[in-house]
Amino acid sequence: MTVAPPSDSTVPVDLGEPILDLLTGFIMQLRAAGLPVSLTENLDAMEAVKHVPLGDRETFKYALASTLVKHHNHWKAFETVFEIYFSLRGPEYDITDESELQELDGDEQSEQAAGDRAGAGAGDSLTPEELQEMLYQALMRGDQPMMRGVARQSVKRYAGMEPGRPVGGTYYLYRTLRNLDLDGVLERLLEQAQNTEGEQSDFEERLQRDEYQNRIDQFQKEIEAEIRRRLVADRGIEAMAKTLRKPLPEDVDFMHASREEMASLRKAIYPLTRKLASRLSRKRRHGRKGPLDFRSTVRHSLSYGGVPVEPKFRNPRPHKPEIFVIADISGSVAAFARFTLHLVYAMSGQFSKVRSFVFIDGLDEVTPYFEGVEDINEAVHRVNTEADVVWVDGHSDYGHALGVFWERYGKDIGPRTSIMILGDARNNYHASESWIVKAMADKARNIHWLNPEPHSYWDTGDSIVGDYAQYCEGAYEVRNLRQLEAFVDKLA
Amino acid sequence: MTFRFDDVESVTDDLRKVDYLVDSAVAGAVFLADRLQKPLLVEGPAGTGKTQLAKSVAEITGARLIRLQCYEGLDEAKALYEWNYKKQLLRIQTERGDDNDWDEVSGDIFSDEFLLARPLLEAIRADDPVVLLIDEVDRVEVETEALLLEILSDYQVSIPELGTITAKQVPLVFLTSNNTRELSEALKRRCLYLHIDYPDMDREKEIVLTKVPDITENLADQIARVVRSIRNIELKKSPSVSETIDWARTLMLLGVSQIDEQVAIGTINVLLKYQSDIRKASKELSSADGVSV
Repeated sequence: MTVAPPSDSTVPVDLGEPILDLLTGFIMQLRAAGLPVSLTENLDAMEAVKHVPLGDRETFKYALASTLVKHHNHWKAFETVFEIYFSLRGPEYDITDESELQELDGDEQSEQAAGDRAGAGAGDSLTPEELQEMLYQALMRGDQPMMRGVARQSVKRYAGMEPGRPVGGTYYLYRTLRNLDLDGVLERLLEQAQNTEGEQSDFEERLQRDEYQNRIDQFQKEIEAEIRRRLVADRGIEAMAKTLRKPLPEDVDFMHASREEMASLRKAIYPLTRKLASRLSRKRRHGRKGPLDFRSTVRHSLSYGGVPVEPKFRNPRPHKPEIFVIADISGSVAAFARFTLHLVYAMSGQFSKVRSFVFIDGLDEVTPYFEGVEDINEAVHRVNTEADVVWVDGHSDYGHALGVFWERYGKDIGPRTSIMILGDARNNYHASESWIVKAMADKARNIHWLNPEPHSYWDTGDSIVGDYAQYCEGAYEVRNLRQLEAFVDKLA
Repeated sequence: MTFRFDDVESVTDDLRKVDYLVDSAVAGAVFLADRLQKPLLVEGPAGTGKTQLAKSVAEITGARLIRLQCYEGLDEAKALYEWNYKKQLLRIQTERGDDNDWDEVSGDIFSDEFLLARPLLEAIRADDPVVLLIDEVDRVEVETEALLLEILSDYQVSIPELGTITAKQVPLVFLTSNNTRELSEALKRRCLYLHIDYPDMDREKEIVLTKVPDITENLADQIARVVRSIRNIELKKSPSVSETIDWARTLMLLGVSQIDEQVAIGTINVLLKYQSDIRKASKELSSADGVSV
């Protein structure tokens, strides 16, 4: 979970610097990163650091974390800011002096690695092959200090960092990794394991692979840390904290999520549905009372001589809405549709019936894919690969897709049906056929349009969301989990 | 004011003595909870030793553990205090003949003698050192959380008829939550926060070694590695630490010394509790490729 700090023994704070000022700055950065740090928490943190030894970086970090971070999802953001703010202040991080860096590297090597490095001397004289070999050795043995050394060396060599160049860290990361070919190293490690330990069963090979993968992930983190370190040295802390600021998981934009962010989103969605479901059922149970029950009120008034002292209400009849989800699954919005389908199905217990349709320019019902499936991920995957959604050319055509829907399934819409249409309404200049939405709205309980685009982009270019939205109960910008959660909460 | 722990290391060492292994995050948080006299809110997946942490801390500090199990519908009468209504009635009846005036009687029946202390009040009034554990606080309704606020911030309970009862000594308070819902800001603000996640491989191995007697280092290592691989797979519910320990015990009983595919898949139902998870994990474990993300 935690990244090994670049150096454990460093005193985090230059003693000349007043710690409280430093903390204030740190907390400002946390707030800027989106963490809700209240004044009380701020004071707690100041109190907490009095009790821990400042020399112990780990303890110092956890002291701040336990007072300032009150949500697990915020941990990563905290860690990044912390690393930028506190770990990069020691004198040995002055990277202008290369020889010093080398020396430090030497100190950090464990005994066994020292031998390997002795031949290396100054890192600059290493050939790329030698560096690759060192990486391989380090990963093979799980030798942390050596991995760190290699990470530093490879960033220095491959990232091509130039002072003042306005490029983000990801660019350097990409350049470094491209030169290292980690996948190749993994294969080689596995082959080696096969050779030394004889024939392995698939099971053992699998475990072996996980082990190496884990080490490689660690190595990647080392590289990221090294790049950050150098960037901070170049541009200064405040500027860096700003560029490295990553959105919290609940704020990640569906349309522009990286692969890693996607994975974290997928992980976040399950607890979210559980939370949402329990909240909704609670709301249903305790929420509103039914309408006044006149008969019962009169009946009870008899015991008070005909005075209706105690008004009686009908039991609330919690209606569970029936949901139709109509989702655009063409390229750019596919990820968004996936999450929404996922969320809706994970909560299907909250609705009396859920039916789902997907379209690009043709339309297909995908409800059966979700029936009796325990793993929603798999069903969503099948939707994306098997549904018959292409009619002519596989470019979104809302008009035609809606037409097909109306023709085939229009009769199923009833007064208890809530319809959710997901899409950016970028119609490639086809006919909008918005009358269908109007007709649907007349029959259904309501229609909601969820658009994964920022509000300011709506109705620009070929987006015609306004045409449809006029007939919907509401059109919502839903670009991240937070907005999605808020919408579903409202719906049920 | 005396503190229970001298430094963070002593927390780690003491907990190790009662077979509870912690990393620096946990030790640091416990240490600070003591120093700052603030409650510690522990969150994390089920079965990672949140409740056990409170128990173990109680054990090493020689304190009495008072536990309040939360559930939906928990109210003041169950959590804080209750008037002993029957006893009050009896008292009124015995005095009926005499000419006592109302003030005297009412003063009498609302006194300490007629008060039934529930866990929270009990923890506040205790003379001996106590550790208060408020378990699964996410199960109570948001409104009920408010009950806890006074006790968490000021270590006191206000009883309208009696006045305010302040703690004689500040108890160490642990709250646990499985994160089934967001706790209110007010509650979180009053607590230190600690997230306990699944341990990394080395620590898990160590935990297995301490918790399962006579297990070989080799087997513990394999167990930890298999469990890590399973946790890498996207599952409904990843195996918890307690399930890992159960699995280790199972393997010991079966006399297994080397885990191969057959053994792993044959006993996987100890680790995983959902049929779909079991199927998925079995499939994944018998293929050599890494996790398909």
